[in-house]
Amino acid sequence: MTVLIPLIPLLPLAGFAITGLLGRGMGRESHQIAVWAVVASWLVAMVVAFGALAHVGIAAAGVDIKLWDWIPATGFHADFGFFVDPLTACLLIVVTTIGMLVHIYSIGYMAQDPGKWRFFAYLNLFMFSMLILVLADNFLLVFAGWELVGLCSYLLIGFWYPRRSAAEAAKKAFLVNRIGDMGFALGIMAIWTQLGTLNMQQVFAAFETVPHGWQMAIALLILCGAVGKSAQFPLHVWLPDAMEGPTPVSALIHAATMVNAGVYLVARCNPIFGAAPEVMVVVAAIGIFTAILAASIAFTQTDIKRVLAYSTLSQLGYMFASLGVGAWTAAIFHLMTHGFFKGLLFLDSGSVIHAVDGEQDMRKMGGLARKIPTTYATMLIGSVAIAGVPPLAGFFSKDEILGGAFKNGFLWVWAIGFVVAGMTAFYMFRLMGMTFWGESRVDPEKEPHIHESPTTMTRPLILLAIPAVFLGLLIGFPPESGLLHQWLQPVFEATIAASGRTEAAYNFFGIDGALAIGTTGLVAIAIVVAWRLFGVNMPALGLRAQPRPDRVRELSARPGLAFLYRGSSNKWWFDDLNNLLFVVWGGKLANAAFWFDRTVVDGAVNGIGTVTTGAGTMLRRVQTGRVQNYALGIALGLIAMAVGYILIAVR
Amino acid sequence: MSNSLDSYLVLSGLLFAIGTFGFLARRNAISMLMSIELMINAVNLTILAFGAFVPPLNGHAAVIALLVIAVAAAEATVGLAIVVAIYRNRKTPLVDEYDSMKD
Repeated sequence: MTVLIPLIPLLPLAGFAITGLLGRGMGRESHQIAVWAVVASWLVAMVVAFGALAHVGIAAAGVDIKLWDWIPATGFHADFGFFVDPLTACLLIVVTTIGMLVHIYSIGYMAQDPGKWRFFAYLNLFMFSMLILVLADNFLLVFAGWELVGLCSYLLIGFWYPRRSAAEAAKKAFLVNRIGDMGFALGIMAIWTQLGTLNMQQVFAAFETVPHGWQMAIALLILCGAVGKSAQFPLHVWLPDAMEGPTPVSALIHAATMVNAGVYLVARCNPIFGAAPEVMVVVAAIGIFTAILAASIAFTQTDIKRVLAYSTLSQLGYMFASLGVGAWTAAIFHLMTHGFFKGLLFLDSGSVIHAVDGEQDMRKMGGLARKIPTTYATMLIGSVAIAGVPPLAGFFSKDEILGGAFKNGFLWVWAIGFVVAGMTAFYMFRLMGMTFWGESRVDPEKEPHIHESPTTMTRPLILLAIPAVFLGLLIGFPPESGLLHQWLQPVFEATIAASGRTEAAYNFFGIDGALAIGTTGLVAIAIVVAWRLFGVNMPALGLRAQPRPDRVRELSARPGLAFLYRGSSNKWWFDDLNNLLFVVWGGKLANAAFWFDRTVVDGAVNGIGTVTTGAGTMLRRVQTGRVQNYALGIALGLIAMAVGYILIAVR
Repeated sequence: MSNSLDSYLVLSGLLFAIGTFGFLARRNAISMLMSIELMINAVNLTILAFGAFVPPLNGHAAVIALLVIAVAAAEATVGLAIVVAIYRNRKTPLVDEYDSMKD
């Protein structure tokens, strides 16, 4: 079993090398090797995940395989090794399954693109990097994977680099990520100085011996990295712009896998965070604030992918809140379900964009349900799943998060999360209404060309819709003691025991049932409100309502709501604030530094040069080249010496 | 005054001064070489005068003077050779036209 583990990242790496080096000459078939490499990697990963979850060949506590001494320097040592336990297995399932489906989907989506080979090479490199991140057994290797996925994200956001906005979005994502990564790097250094090892299991085992101040510092620094990669407030600004990349990239990297890396890291470091309960509160606060902030922005966005991007932010916020309140398993549960239904929603949005020939503005869509039925059906499933309607996947994971927050005493997290659940349902059905129902507002020129996507694109949609419906039931039922809880129990039990909280049994006819029914009721109300405002057209269910744009306008112009509306549609001015702080003022500071460098630093250096040259020019006049001038000098020197001698001798 | 060390020293000082003036003032290379000879001989005269009037130096001064004469002969040879070579190149014996070294 353990022999198979290195194969999982190795196969996409081979795919990357072959496609990257030879892909240019492969023409239309350049996707073949890349796709098969990922399919093979998926097969191996499924076997390994099965082994880890069913404890076949891999112990419940996990297995650490050391491949070689990576950095055997004196006084510093790091191995190149992999660690597989049930948490890794859960991530392997999400990453490889969605990765494989996105690869297959991309065959159709990128069919006409001349840079197709480059795209598939990058996707393979991303798979390799993400798998390294997930499998690594020490912090340094995690960091390597962490930076590699950042690089791939940069390359793929800027894939259509001739478009200025894409190039700038890529830069923005890269730069904002650097802030978080710096914190993570400092955290790793702090771990090294305190414990002298970077191997995760050794660090976790010895973490109690670290002074409490250092424990908090390390937890905060690791959180900083996680906040950057998972786009949490205040580093959330890069993710919506990252939608400039091709849609499969948005689905794979910026919804289902890479942005989950932060959640994974915090969950993986649960002994570190468990030792610093103060930082856990910070995690919860950042998470739940991001959740409501992003959900409120998603209300008014008109770009279909941006709505989904803010939705991703909001759901990642849920996961962080869940980690912060100590509901570790619920966070991983939501990570898995969200990966599948958000990946599905993004691929659906790509299919929609494909159908209307590149249009992303929902105000120019509408009435697409009849024309692209497969996309419509799968997207409806995804929306219902993310909205949290039982018994689809999102209901179970969200319910566990809210229940965990309530029962662990974080009432404020629960209250905000409860509101966000309603908001999620509202903006998702606003998206559905504007895109698929009501009258068509598509450009009349494009209207006749609307078509369903090819089967390579629709099949992954159907395959992803299945887990979006059943995954919650499968691994999350019965609530709080389902399969996933049994799987992840060995990972989190020590931390939960150390926190001193006793896990109350799930009580359907008590508090848990009441919470679930309350959330579901709010979700139902939000969906009905969205239907009334943005229309619905589901003849099979007997539902039909016309959109009411006049009512939307009237509501958004009301005195109290107008401010909220403006704030939401301007993303609460965070981009403007960043522009002012870092572009305008930062630019002035940079200009001042530039001036200082030019005039003072360069001036000093050039000044020394000028003085030397000037002195030389002056002194060269002394050298006339005439022998008698030199002789005169000698004679005068002689006289001076003689006079001096006489003066001294006389005295 | 006569037959004393001072008179010899004054004479040799005068000779040296004349030589120095000639070296600095004359433009002809040959005259400058001759001025150098004059200065060397002034020095030689000083040495011999000290040898004649200071008893402990009696035997040594003549040896030093002979050495100086030998060195002066060698110097004159080399100096004349240089002057001849430059003259062939520049077609002039005037040293103030030998100023290409400043560039």
